[in-house]
Amino acid sequence: MTEQGIGAAVARREDRRFVTGQGHYTDDINRRGQTHACFVRSPHAHATLNGVDTEAAGAMPGVRGIFVGEDMAEVGPLICGWAITDVNGEPHRAPPHPALAIGKVNFVGDAVAVVIADTLEQAKDAAAAVEVDYGILDAVVDPATAAADGQIQIHETAPGNLSYEWAIGDRAAIDAAFEGAAHVTSLEFANNRLVPNAMEPRACIAEYEDGTGDYTLYLTSQNPHVHRLVMSAFHGLAPEHKLRVVAPDVGGGFGSKIFIYAEEVVLTWASRHVGRPIKWTAERTESFLTDCHGRDHVTEAELALDGDGKFLAMRVNTIANMGAYLSTFASAVPTYLYATLLAGQYTTGGIYCNVKAVFTNTVPVDAYRGAGRPEAAYVVERLVEAAAAETGRDPAELRKINFVPSDAFPYETPVVMQYDCGDFSGSMDQALDLAGYSGFQARRAESKAGGKLRGIGFSSYIEACGVAPSAAVGSLGAGVGLWESANVRFNPTGNVQLFTGCHSHGQGHETAFAQIVADKLGVPYEQVEVIHGDSAKIPFGMGTYGSRSAAVGGSAIVKAADKVIEKGRKIAAHALEASEDDIEFAGGNFTVTGTDKAMNIAEVAFTAYVPHNYPEGLEPGLDETAFYDPLNFSFPAGTHICEVEIDPETGSVSIEKYAAVDDFGVLINPLIVEGQVHGGIGQGVGQAMLEHAVYDGDGQLISGSYMDYTMPRADDVPSYDVGFNGVPSPLNPLGVKGCGEAGAIAAPAAVMNAVHDALREVGVSHIEMPATPLRVWQAIQDAA
Amino acid sequence: MYNFEYKKAGSVDEAAGIVGADDEAKLLAGGMTYIPTLKQRLAAPTTVVDIGGIGGLDGIAVDGNGVTIGAMARHAAVAASTDVAAAIPALADLASHIGDPQVRNRGTLGGSVANNDPAADYPAALVGLGATVQTNKRTIAADEFFTGLFETALGQDEVVTSVSFPRAGKAAYMKFPNPASRYAIVGVFAAQAADGVRVAVTGAGPCVFRVGEMEAALAANWSADSVANIKVSADGMNEDIHASAEYRAHLVTVMAKRAVAKAG
Repeated sequence: MTEQGIGAAVARREDRRFVTGQGHYTDDINRRGQTHACFVRSPHAHATLNGVDTEAAGAMPGVRGIFVGEDMAEVGPLICGWAITDVNGEPHRAPPHPALAIGKVNFVGDAVAVVIADTLEQAKDAAAAVEVDYGILDAVVDPATAAADGQIQIHETAPGNLSYEWAIGDRAAIDAAFEGAAHVTSLEFANNRLVPNAMEPRACIAEYEDGTGDYTLYLTSQNPHVHRLVMSAFHGLAPEHKLRVVAPDVGGGFGSKIFIYAEEVVLTWASRHVGRPIKWTAERTESFLTDCHGRDHVTEAELALDGDGKFLAMRVNTIANMGAYLSTFASAVPTYLYATLLAGQYTTGGIYCNVKAVFTNTVPVDAYRGAGRPEAAYVVERLVEAAAAETGRDPAELRKINFVPSDAFPYETPVVMQYDCGDFSGSMDQALDLAGYSGFQARRAESKAGGKLRGIGFSSYIEACGVAPSAAVGSLGAGVGLWESANVRFNPTGNVQLFTGCHSHGQGHETAFAQIVADKLGVPYEQVEVIHGDSAKIPFGMGTYGSRSAAVGGSAIVKAADKVIEKGRKIAAHALEASEDDIEFAGGNFTVTGTDKAMNIAEVAFTAYVPHNYPEGLEPGLDETAFYDPLNFSFPAGTHICEVEIDPETGSVSIEKYAAVDDFGVLINPLIVEGQVHGGIGQGVGQAMLEHAVYDGDGQLISGSYMDYTMPRADDVPSYDVGFNGVPSPLNPLGVKGCGEAGAIAAPAAVMNAVHDALREVGVSHIEMPATPLRVWQAIQDAA
Repeated sequence: MYNFEYKKAGSVDEAAGIVGADDEAKLLAGGMTYIPTLKQRLAAPTTVVDIGGIGGLDGIAVDGNGVTIGAMARHAAVAASTDVAAAIPALADLASHIGDPQVRNRGTLGGSVANNDPAADYPAALVGLGATVQTNKRTIAADEFFTGLFETALGQDEVVTSVSFPRAGKAAYMKFPNPASRYAIVGVFAAQAADGVRVAVTGAGPCVFRVGEMEAALAANWSADSVANIKVSADGMNEDIHASAEYRAHLVTVMAKRAVAKAG
């Protein structure tokens, strides 16, 4: 490890501009002649569109254009990019999702029309004057009953409001295993619906240049090339080479900025029609109503154990709420990102999972930090903890006897994953130490003396990251490959520009990726610049989500750096009058083996651009691009232990201790990794205790602002005790696994297991997330 | 925001004159409720009269009778005032827990009481201490000032200029905050006030109210145990996704008990 290479806790270089207010976000950009868009949105969850009268609005000051769905008939509908094959071998039902509604609206916030005017105020005034004749219909809101007989139908092409019924595992074999079980633990619960709440709302500016026919789209995207590809190939807005997509500084995504949304499609199309650049920035209410939400499962889960506590089998039935339409990657979340993780860290004999994906009159649901894996970890870890309590076993011990042993890797699970490596018991032991588990009973007694209830909860989660091997995901229905690109470009003066296909929107890539380059090429860290987010600059890339950027994007950087070294070796050998085979590269120097004859990589770069004394036939320049397609997913795993204290009089839950030990493989920058763990746990605590997107029976979002939607604040979370137990992944050149989502995956089960442990004493056996004071108090009353 | 006329008043009389002549004109103090309302286009006033430039409205004066606080005094100023902390510590403590630092540094006493949000903290202090509200026209006892949900005794051309809080014996405020907004789900101000024991509850109902049974019990015996078993009815309590009426009613007892305990 060098001072600022891989493994160094370098402070994030991007923070200087962020904390001093000098970031450049989409809304900070203003184009000459720019106009503003305001969307007319449905106030009803479910209604026919009987007519849209834009005449009065169109005559208002400053209005450049008003468009409705029919005006955009040439533009293809929004797509779902992952095709699920259902239990009958049929493709999932993905009803048409026009960017502006045609004939019908299906959720509150569904866009009916767009008004483009010279100022935002003018656009808003005119939008308010658009008259829409709605034929109000009853709404389908509750996913649990969305597919029931006699239910109101949302889409003609999705009978029974069902997108698909999908299953994994051998049902008959699993049922037989349950028959022979010594004990069966059964739970029913919901995984609460969440609003992503990126600090920066979604925004875009679309611009069309008539002279060249070029479009430029600035927007809040986690994957600008994916946006460009879909907008070209499916919406037909512009061919890829005539559409530049720029995602500048982006203030948080958490998945919600992966997707292709109506607004950016409408603006790109409309920019040509009005002949002016158009800006739209979501107001916070629009973010609540129209950003894709996360989670929202209703699940019945069972775990069968033998007399020794070994897990024989698991049986899971889940209803997943897709919202009103299938969003960009929605179909993959409750299937391949969920059911395939139900083995957890355990040697469970067999697993069956059935998923029904249903439509409701709510905003679409798609990937949100963890995407399917938090839901899976919650199922597994709630079952295991309940089984421990029911069979009188220590929850840590029950886990340990079921863990995949450290010598059993690579390990094939019953749900198609092959875990590469891990040390599950080691992480558990380390977490038990960090959490002070042996002292828990004393702390519980102390709480009891003060009239409080104390509980402890475990979460031994696993996740699949580093998405993903292209051939594997292709065989499962993905419409894209999931490799990553990197371009390492030396300048003649010896500094380096790294162009990555990943996108940093809070992950710290500008620092961590520069560390990788500095480490591999021996270039001073300060002399490496990381460039991302502009399709006109970077090679085609797949973007950042699913904790993939270090494992996939980082590996592409290593591959590109290796190419640089190989070319540099030729240049150095020539200059040093030695054979290539005799050139060693280390610490930024090409050295003739066994001599002091050496050439620094900066000198090699200069020679490459000023090739006066240069190998015959070798191309000038030192500029290498690599694409990396991973061999497998990576499998971060660990144990989190949470300790809560509950005030039974008010129902308030306070997290007193939180210990996390994670295996992320090699850490590129432990400071950034720790920050990612903290942020992830914060969001997991949010899900467990605070956050809940609540729709009423009419499909109105009740928790539609921060007055009612509870975001975690600093005083809601404790000071975390974080440890690492890294087992380097053998499957990528960095040995990394990914850390961005782990906290959000692990924490909900850890917190809720602790809450259940505390409440068991007063007779409460079940409580749903979020465990708000009202719910906890009510549960205690009901049990009394 | 819709377009409106903005006027910066130079005096209370000028401000009162404008709003008195125009039902659609509105006073602006700290703007912690009204600016978000305007930004969301939930209000369309003809004129917004900013009273922030009027001199002499933000004073804090303490004498033998109690504390008089100007209508434009910021919550942060009240919270930080050593004079208030010495005279009525519970009042300074309450002010220190309103909203967040940004709100406390913009929001004003006058704005809070004139708005009479059912979950605001100050109404509990005014009623709990038996304060009087001074306007440009008259003096109004707190018990008469808060008349209903976002309703007060103020006339259209009436402007709050200050509030006088009489000194009290033991007093404390306990709030159970809404986890999202941090407004009071239930806030109880219990005090040995100048005119007797007062127990004022905010957040629970549509408007601040007193709990006579608790006041009588505490007058007889000032201890947390005196109120621990006094239940209030859930009828008419507020209900939302954060708290049922029954839960609010329960919390009135718990917060009252804790306020008395805190008061010592």
